[in-house]
Amino acid sequence: MQDLATAFATALGLVATADPAVTGILLLSLRVSLTAVALAALVGLPLGALLAVARFPGRRAVLVTLNALMGLPPVVAGLLIYLLLSRAGPLGPLGLLFTPTAMVIAQAVLIAPILAALSRQVLEGLWEEYAEQLRSFGAGPWRAVPTLLWDGRFALLTVLLAGFGRAAAEVGAVMIVGGNIEGFTRVMTTAIALETSKGDLPLALALGLMLMAIVLAVNALAQGLRDAAAGSAG
Amino acid sequence: MRLPDSILPLLVEGLCYRAGAVEILRDVGFTLEAGGPSLVIGPNGAGKSVLLRLLHGLLAPSAGRIHWGAPEGNVPVARRQAMLFQRPVLLRRSVLANAAYPLRLAGLGRAEAAARAREGLALVGLEGLAERPARRLSGGEQQRLALARAAALQPEVLFLDEPCANLDPAATRAVEEIVATLAARGTKIVMTTHDLGQARRLAAEVLFLHQGRLLEQAPAEAFFAGPATAEARAFLRGELLW
Ligand SMILES: Nc1ncnc2c1ncn2[C@@H]1O[C@H](COP(=O)(O)OP(=O)(O)O)[C@@H](O)[C@H]1O
Ligand SMILES: [Mg+2]
Repeated sequence: MQDLATAFATALGLVATADPAVTGILLLSLRVSLTAVALAALVGLPLGALLAVARFPGRRAVLVTLNALMGLPPVVAGLLIYLLLSRAGPLGPLGLLFTPTAMVIAQAVLIAPILAALSRQVLEGLWEEYAEQLRSFGAGPWRAVPTLLWDGRFALLTVLLAGFGRAAAEVGAVMIVGGNIEGFTRVMTTAIALETSKGDLPLALALGLMLMAIVLAVNALAQGLRDAAAGSAG
Repeated sequence: MRLPDSILPLLVEGLCYRAGAVEILRDVGFTLEAGGPSLVIGPNGAGKSVLLRLLHGLLAPSAGRIHWGAPEGNVPVARRQAMLFQRPVLLRRSVLANAAYPLRLAGLGRAEAAARAREGLALVGLEGLAERPARRLSGGEQQRLALARAAALQPEVLFLDEPCANLDPAATRAVEEIVATLAARGTKIVMTTHDLGQARRLAAEVLFLHQGRLLEQAPAEAFFAGPATAEARAFLRGELLW
């Protein structure tokens, strides 16, 4: 209890003084995770929509695999990207290991399956409703993909938020490919892990509270946007 | 009667549709000519909806032939028909965007599609609601929007599957008036209903379907004055509900 009270005080202090180190870590967390969501969405959402409309042999196996990948442990995603980007790896010459870019890639790999699997679920219901009418208009499954993505935009926003929450909260992937380098690749979760291991629990907890506040703020902002847009588009 | 560039007459021969072991339509044959509305009537489960889906190309026949008058015109046959469903399927967009959507699919530019969509909306009296979200409309307005959307496509044949089944009497009348207007403009109406009053008001011709078979095809006046089959007579007396 004592720790919690101290943590709140510490967190407030950090916010009040706008501690530049903490602010930098916070902004990097936001930048990495938001970019990762955007990147993963570029692949995950169209893939989810395609899986919602396409019927092909082996579809079930793909869906099962995708659902299993939702539980991909962050350290495993980090390790895979580490192997790709390490000096001996196929993408080693790019020199991306231990940079924010590597962290973005690792998080994108981690959440793309989540976005694909969730958007598939969301859009399948919409496709059931639309399929016959769209076919009547002469639109096959391929042409339906952009229509579903647009018409499912509000539900997909929730899917994106789920992806963002997962990205912002994970520590394993960014730790492995980022290296937790102070002032360069240190993000909220790796900072928390570090402070915890150093025994500064109040500071770790304070950073944790700030992280939760950030995730909450992003969700609230998205919800506000959604409500405003829904009012005019139904 | 055969217009030079028409997909009519529609010739249907030996049409069968099976779902698993169940025969839903059996050996249905008829010809649909250009002209006044053809109303497909019959008790619940007779196969009316399945028949319309087959004609529109949404289902594939198990056997038999659906032969359009001009299979190879400039515009493919599928683009020259439209269909309205019992429950209108509206996109999560504005009224205008809904009406313009199939036109954009058909390859029209944004401005031209919007202009034609607005004409469609004017036809059904929804031009004032163009910017509203389509799915906030009342049931009757939604079905009128679906009509506007179909009419904007300027189809030669318009299929309507019980378009008024979920509507109150006032909305039903509104839809009927629009359908009559389209028919008067030369659109071939092929419509199912289980509402005999509606069939009497709209039909130029009646196709009576019962348990998956076409029992009668006759001019409306003749059909309502004296149907040829015992089943149709029972249906007109309101005794045949299944
Ligand atoms: N896809 C399907 N699979 C199995 N049975 C079906 C299918 N579609 C329709 N049916 C059955 O075919 C019969 C005719 O259906 P329908 O055409 O909807 O009748 P209605 O004349 O009331 O429109 C009904 O008994 C219905 O249950
Ligand atoms: Mg029906």
